[in-house]
Amino acid sequence: MTSDVQTAPTGRPDSVQRSIGWRDALRWEGGLVVVLIAVLIFGSAQSSSFLSQSTIFYAGINIGYIALMALPMTFIIMTGEIDLSVASMLGLAGSLMGFLWHHGWGIWPAIIAALVVGALGGALNGVLVAYTALPSIAVTIGTLTLFRGVAQILLGSLTVPGVGDPQFPDSMTKIGTQSIPGGALSYSTVLFLVLALLAGIVLHATPFGRALHAIGLQPEAASFSGVRVAWVKFCLFVVSGLICAVAGVLLTLQNASVSYTAGTGLELNVVAIVLFGGVSIFGGKGTIFGVLLSVIIFGALQMILTQTHVEAEKQLVITGLLLLISVIVANGRELLSRVRSRLAVGGGSR
Amino acid sequence: MTPTDEPRPVLELAGARKSFGAVHALVDGRIALRSGEAHALVGENGAGKSTLVNILAGVHQPDGGTLTVGGEDVVFNGPAAAREAGVSIIYQEPTLFPDLTVAENIFMGRQPLRSGRRIDRARMDEEARSIFKRLGVALDPRRVARGLSVADQQLVEIAKALSLSAKVLVMDEPTAALTGVEVQRLFDVMTTLQNDGAAVMFISHRLEEVFASCQRVTVMRDGKFVSSARIEETDVDTIIHQMVGRDLDSLFPKTATTPGEPVLEVRHLGREGVFDDVSFTVRAGEIVALAGLVGAGRSEVARAIFGIDPRTQGEVVVDGKRLEPGRPLAAMAAGIGLVPEDRRQQGLVMDMGIDQNFALASLRKLRRGGIMRRSSEQRLAKVWAERLQVKFGRLRDPAATLSGGNQQKVVIGKWLAREPSLLIIDEPTRGIDVGTKSEVHRIIDSLVQGGMAVLMISSELPEVLGMADRVVVLHEGRVTGNFARDEADETTIMRAATGQHGRDAA
Repeated sequence: MTSDVQTAPTGRPDSVQRSIGWRDALRWEGGLVVVLIAVLIFGSAQSSSFLSQSTIFYAGINIGYIALMALPMTFIIMTGEIDLSVASMLGLAGSLMGFLWHHGWGIWPAIIAALVVGALGGALNGVLVAYTALPSIAVTIGTLTLFRGVAQILLGSLTVPGVGDPQFPDSMTKIGTQSIPGGALSYSTVLFLVLALLAGIVLHATPFGRALHAIGLQPEAASFSGVRVAWVKFCLFVVSGLICAVAGVLLTLQNASVSYTAGTGLELNVVAIVLFGGVSIFGGKGTIFGVLLSVIIFGALQMILTQTHVEAEKQLVITGLLLLISVIVANGRELLSRVRSRLAVGGGSR
Repeated sequence: MTPTDEPRPVLELAGARKSFGAVHALVDGRIALRSGEAHALVGENGAGKSTLVNILAGVHQPDGGTLTVGGEDVVFNGPAAAREAGVSIIYQEPTLFPDLTVAENIFMGRQPLRSGRRIDRARMDEEARSIFKRLGVALDPRRVARGLSVADQQLVEIAKALSLSAKVLVMDEPTAALTGVEVQRLFDVMTTLQNDGAAVMFISHRLEEVFASCQRVTVMRDGKFVSSARIEETDVDTIIHQMVGRDLDSLFPKTATTPGEPVLEVRHLGREGVFDDVSFTVRAGEIVALAGLVGAGRSEVARAIFGIDPRTQGEVVVDGKRLEPGRPLAAMAAGIGLVPEDRRQQGLVMDMGIDQNFALASLRKLRRGGIMRRSSEQRLAKVWAERLQVKFGRLRDPAATLSGGNQQKVVIGKWLAREPSLLIIDEPTRGIDVGTKSEVHRIIDSLVQGGMAVLMISSELPEVLGMADRVVVLHEGRVTGNFARDEADETTIMRAATGQHGRDAA
């Protein structure tokens, strides 16, 4: 008998409706597959070279470093938090790497320093979110500005390598122009795919992943089952900082140059990819497979828009629309009932 | 009024049906509420009471049946329609706007206005005051709702209902979170309402309250109407029999056991400002009850032992080894399980599957080479669902679809899957119907027979007296009594719980 629970007035009245199981998740991902096929057909119709090796390579170059950041973002949103500082972290890591290079550091020490700063920046977010219980959206808007500000202090108007700087080593910047040996994929794509596989296993087949779900759905019950909620959140933010630094290093090498504005505004693309992938903004629900599909769709769309000569600024509209669609469709049932009850209440009080 | 000796019902629901997917929550819902009468609705959890209430509230639309208010057929297509028809629901835990005043909460969306569409505060406060006066309670309309006791919040809801000139007041388990004095005050308010001609519907698990406050009682079982009778024409035994549909062989199936070695030793445990110098021992094969009034610090002691809460003094020893403070994982590794007080917030992840909830405390054990297998998780859930006789649809359904008693079984099973040596159970049967209650008691009894140590916290004296081998009584964070089973009775425990007993007595 379920009546007492389903109809209980206390707690979240919509919790049962919100409890979409894996079937609903599959339905969402099924939808994504359909969207993906449609996008691919549309793209092929627009240009005969759409599914060519070079398109796939450049799509990977364009989306790979963004997609990397979507993986830790997925974990963080699963726990009901958010990290809006990702793109600034990318910018800071790249800028630090450029700054150190400009001051004569070797490439590897510069990269390692960038990664360490990434982890430290993530730890700052993590401490503030996990151990002071500040809302992550406020904390990471703060660090979004902070990280970008530090990047600006480091590089100013400088683009590195500038006049008098040596170029970054060819052996590393080739990742921006060459695919992996024996394939069409970019290095960033391969790195993303490997990490996505890893993330999928962690999220869906380990106690840690299960703990993430539990934290997102009901943090108190999670901690009463022995999940170290604060520690888990802290770790996620550290990983997020680190991966964003990796993305920053990757982007710097791909472009063979860096300025402090690198990646500005990309946090919204990252969030859009994750939500469009079916991860619930309320936490607790989503799959890496969905995020993977979402990444491919975003990458393909970006290529279509570029090939049909839509300017980058206008492409923002697409990001915004997809973001809205994913939030509205994913929570459609809930929104609908909320609107309905609001209308009913509004009608009654007038 | 009709010429018959009974007045015509002001609200009558007949043959109401409601299903949620495959679950028939309500098969034949029937109730007739009359002006000036308090009508109790009783039944086990899952009997369909809340569904019936939600139909009256306009929250659910019935799949069938008729509803008449004031002799006319009505259809409530939403809560607003129910309110319009004069039906108000008082929930167990009202949801007020914490930062608004009491009067603002009462008149939310309907504030009296003066010129320029400005809110007429003076009139609003005055009207609120007069309603409270009518109810005979002292509540300041101008104080903010934050910090009001649950009882006072309910009064605000009742006042709101009166301001809407409600003819029917439905109270869904209003007394569950109230103290004795508050319950009495609520009964007084109910009497006032009846004298004013309102029809009151009252839901409670406590039959003695039903007999103390109502004139009529309707019993439901398995979503169906069973009986309706005037209160003087029935008695507790009849009602219980009708509720469970069978005789309860024994309410407290406690078997005598011989306690073994100490499993848990709590020594001078203290937490600044919460409890102080708490010491007791729980041995294998023994149930120790922590008794005391609400707020005496019993749950806090349990939580400190388990490591969810910090502790500032003393030590906890499990199987002869000292336990690190503040780390639930250490407590779990030492063989402790905690069934917490609040099942819905702390015990279960309501939106997760039943199987996943069963496995939630055993995830590491289900790992093979770092990877968790879904199949081994389901096997674990299946085993425990069968052993504890959990009634469920499918194992992967969300835990929220279970009735309260079955939810509690899942929480217990979640810990039993870890084979603990000590199980702490906070309020094992709160909010659970009579039938499942004795099942839970039987489970606890069999665990103890199997050599487990159990620390039980309960606010129900019969449960404490029926189940415990030893009773430790707390009063304001201190131990005021420690009684063996044969020394404990209601009087000694209540004396200790109210602080009338000397310290370190017995």
